[in-house]
Amino acid sequence: MSDAVLEMHKVAYAYPDGHQALFGVDLHVHRGEKIALLGPNGAGKTTLVLHVNGILFPGAGSVRIAGMDVNKENLKAIRAKVGVVFQDPDDQLFMPTVRDDVAFGPSNMGIVGDELAKTVAEALAAVGMSEFADRSPQHLSFGQRRRVAIATVLAMKPEILVLDEPSSNLDPAARREIAEILESLDITMLMVTHDLPYALELCDRSVILSAGAIVADRATYDLLTDDALIKQHRLELPFGFRLDPSLAKK
Amino acid sequence: MGTTQQHDIAGKLLIARHSVVHHLPAEVKLVAMLSFVFLVVLTPLGQWWAFGVYGLLIIAVIAAAKLPPVRVVKRMVIEVPFVIFAILMPFFSAGPYVEYFGLQLSEAGLIAGFGLLCKGTIGVLSSVTLAATTPMRDLLSGLTRLKVPTLLVEIAGFMVRYVDVIVDEMRRMKIARQSRGYFERGIRSWPVIARSAGALFIRAYERGERVHLAMLSRGYNGKLPSYSLAIATKAQWATGMLLPMGAAIILVLAWRMA
Repeated sequence: MSDAVLEMHKVAYAYPDGHQALFGVDLHVHRGEKIALLGPNGAGKTTLVLHVNGILFPGAGSVRIAGMDVNKENLKAIRAKVGVVFQDPDDQLFMPTVRDDVAFGPSNMGIVGDELAKTVAEALAAVGMSEFADRSPQHLSFGQRRRVAIATVLAMKPEILVLDEPSSNLDPAARREIAEILESLDITMLMVTHDLPYALELCDRSVILSAGAIVADRATYDLLTDDALIKQHRLELPFGFRLDPSLAKK
Repeated sequence: MGTTQQHDIAGKLLIARHSVVHHLPAEVKLVAMLSFVFLVVLTPLGQWWAFGVYGLLIIAVIAAAKLPPVRVVKRMVIEVPFVIFAILMPFFSAGPYVEYFGLQLSEAGLIAGFGLLCKGTIGVLSSVTLAATTPMRDLLSGLTRLKVPTLLVEIAGFMVRYVDVIVDEMRRMKIARQSRGYFERGIRSWPVIARSAGALFIRAYERGERVHLAMLSRGYNGKLPSYSLAIATKAQWATGMLLPMGAAIILVLAWRMA
């Protein structure tokens, strides 16, 4: 158990307006794992993500990151351990230049000077955006902005990277480039997506969140080939797709 | 979709050149321009020669900044409402009246109107010059170094960052309206425009929330890292202060003669 980076135990949450989004979620993510969190719209995926870094706190149950409870006292440490890449890069990128934006997270953690510059350079290199450091985020293409958004979070050297729909709104080449970047990262990853082929490509294990509960937790290939299961939870492979059995061993 | 082709309103203001004016630190330019405009406003009406000299001073600055005159003039369009107001003043102010070309004009109104026109034009020219020679980012850090409350500078910074995103959103909403056969025509289109503005406000508000969440997720604790730039030297301050110093001399002369 000691190598679990994310442990959610019977997490339940209701919004202040009374709408209950999570009904006792149990989820364990171990170090080095790349896990896809699948589920239809409105299943509570975003709510779950906001629990991982303590934007929301469970009404019941507990969330632990690398053995540390997510609570108000630990918030600073938790935010440093959990890197969340939001769906719309425009929500994430707000500083005048790419460099400043990537530096925002680490400098909140107290990193300064040469070390900060080095951290920023490494993060930008990891997403192949080094030469854009002095550009303004609004001058970049959507795919480039998403790469920078990933860099802003990598710069914090998180224990776990949480991505909300990393393949949305991208053209096929940008989609593949992001996949290559994510594949190259040696980091624990929780990826929220509807893009089932993407989940298969990047994640060995997948879970389905449906109506606020985890209803399946298996190897991605096994999960995606269970037609009845995925249909039941409003998930389906794109038209014309059938998974190649040779992918099963992956 | 669509978000890739963004406008760049803040960036378009800058006219990049290599000049003394461009290379001065933003805080020097801010102080110089503000004090210059302040001195111009203090000048007594009737000393029209003084306004002429102020005008020459600011034109000298524009020349030193190598700004293209036509673009500077085009940007002065923003002054039009004030010009209209200034032109109306002689017609609506109280007497004594004078007659020009068969029109009855208030003398006090003429003086006030012409004064407003002079001061307004010099003020607009100064701010156009400042905006054209200083990148927005430097302006913000200049404000920070002038000890303007950080909260205000940060709000201005967010405005600069997101104005393009919101204008883009507005454009997409407009295209979506038009795609459904809507034409903006006259008063009857106002309710639709008002509702769109409402929707845009809600969207901007929600985006604000999401940006805040994303910042919290990266450990934001209420303080933005300061934008790093070198501190202005004494020589730079001296260069920058040439403009307000010149204006101060003219102001003293103008008051002596008034």
